[in-house]
Amino acid sequence: MAVTLLVPTALRTFTDGKKELEIAATTVGEAVTALADTYPDIKKHLYEDSGELRSFINIFVGETNIKSTGGLGTAVRDGDTVMLVPAIAGGALTVNN
Amino acid sequence: MSILDLVGNTPLIELEKFTDASSGVKLFAKAEFLNPSGSVKDRAAKSMFLGGIADGTLSVGKTIIDSTSGNTGIAYAMIGAACGHPVTLYMPQNTSIERKRIIRYYGAEIVETDPLESTDGAFNAVRDAVAADPERYFYPDQYNNALNPLAHYNGTGAEIWEQTGHNITHFITGMGTSGTFVGTSRRLKHENPAIKTVAVQPESPFHGIEGTKHMGSTIKPGILDESIADAVVTVTTEEAYATTRRLARESGIFVGISSGANVAAAARLCRTLPSGSVVVTILCDSGSRYISDAFWEG
Repeated sequence: MAVTLLVPTALRTFTDGKKELEIAATTVGEAVTALADTYPDIKKHLYEDSGELRSFINIFVGETNIKSTGGLGTAVRDGDTVMLVPAIAGGALTVNN
Repeated sequence: MSILDLVGNTPLIELEKFTDASSGVKLFAKAEFLNPSGSVKDRAAKSMFLGGIADGTLSVGKTIIDSTSGNTGIAYAMIGAACGHPVTLYMPQNTSIERKRIIRYYGAEIVETDPLESTDGAFNAVRDAVAADPERYFYPDQYNNALNPLAHYNGTGAEIWEQTGHNITHFITGMGTSGTFVGTSRRLKHENPAIKTVAVQPESPFHGIEGTKHMGSTIKPGILDESIADAVVTVTTEEAYATTRRLARESGIFVGISSGANVAAAARLCRTLPSGSVVVTILCDSGSRYISDAFWEG
């Protein structure tokens, strides 16, 4: 299964300028791990020393924040889009409510 | 008196809990969250608005338009409401929901831009909009407008100089547009060239310190004057979060994440300075703009 991981501009210096990556993964955690394994310099920007994902990072599958769907264990399907966004205060992707 | 008359002249608070009393070093913070729309950005927005009226670029019926991560937008929205100008703001989609709501409650319009592109995406999008219909808009362009740092030269810097009894030795704050840092530093060095000025940046280009820019990886503002900084230090998002919580819980000062970043860096600086040093930093905005953020629970 392959998902499309969208890389924020702030991290593209670590991905040779690539805006998106096709990654084989069955969960969000696998996709992020694969990103860090492919580009090791990105690791410290994503993970605490303890190995936890840094707390200000929000990850969306499509338009859904994985905080509401089981975190890094959230399953992904072929063709899903995974997006890493800094949780700039709330990190809400819609404001129509 | 108009709401705009309340901009500036903010108090200076001593942060005793963030220094070692025996060190003889004092740390003060400028309470910019007490400006009428709730942030330091009232100063730059008012300055650029009045400049537009003075030079005729802001005429009756024109819409004020700019890119912002929130606080300048809220300041424009307040000014537009008070003075009868429509306001349109380009903001990254992941800006806090509180900020977007405040802007809408002032009656301004928001155009959301790609969250992956951060503030640079909003900056590029607003330039395209202005280029497509230049007569419709007054575009202050806070990243490139000299009236932004000038507001801090004439206001923030002059106030700090007087409020510290001319005894300030170090000024330290973060940079978004860099207007606060550049304008305040210029004024303080004009008053006393021995004053040291320190800029604060997020440690990573990927960060959660809203309103600050990682200058090495983003579009550099035209108003940025790197020669004015005696040093540049970095703060992690986690340090900023922890210090923001400490300010609320230990000092009763409920401010936002960039204020936490500033105080974290300032407290670290204080630990390296000799007795008699007087350090000043900025409390940029209120914590009420970040109510929905999970970091408060940490």
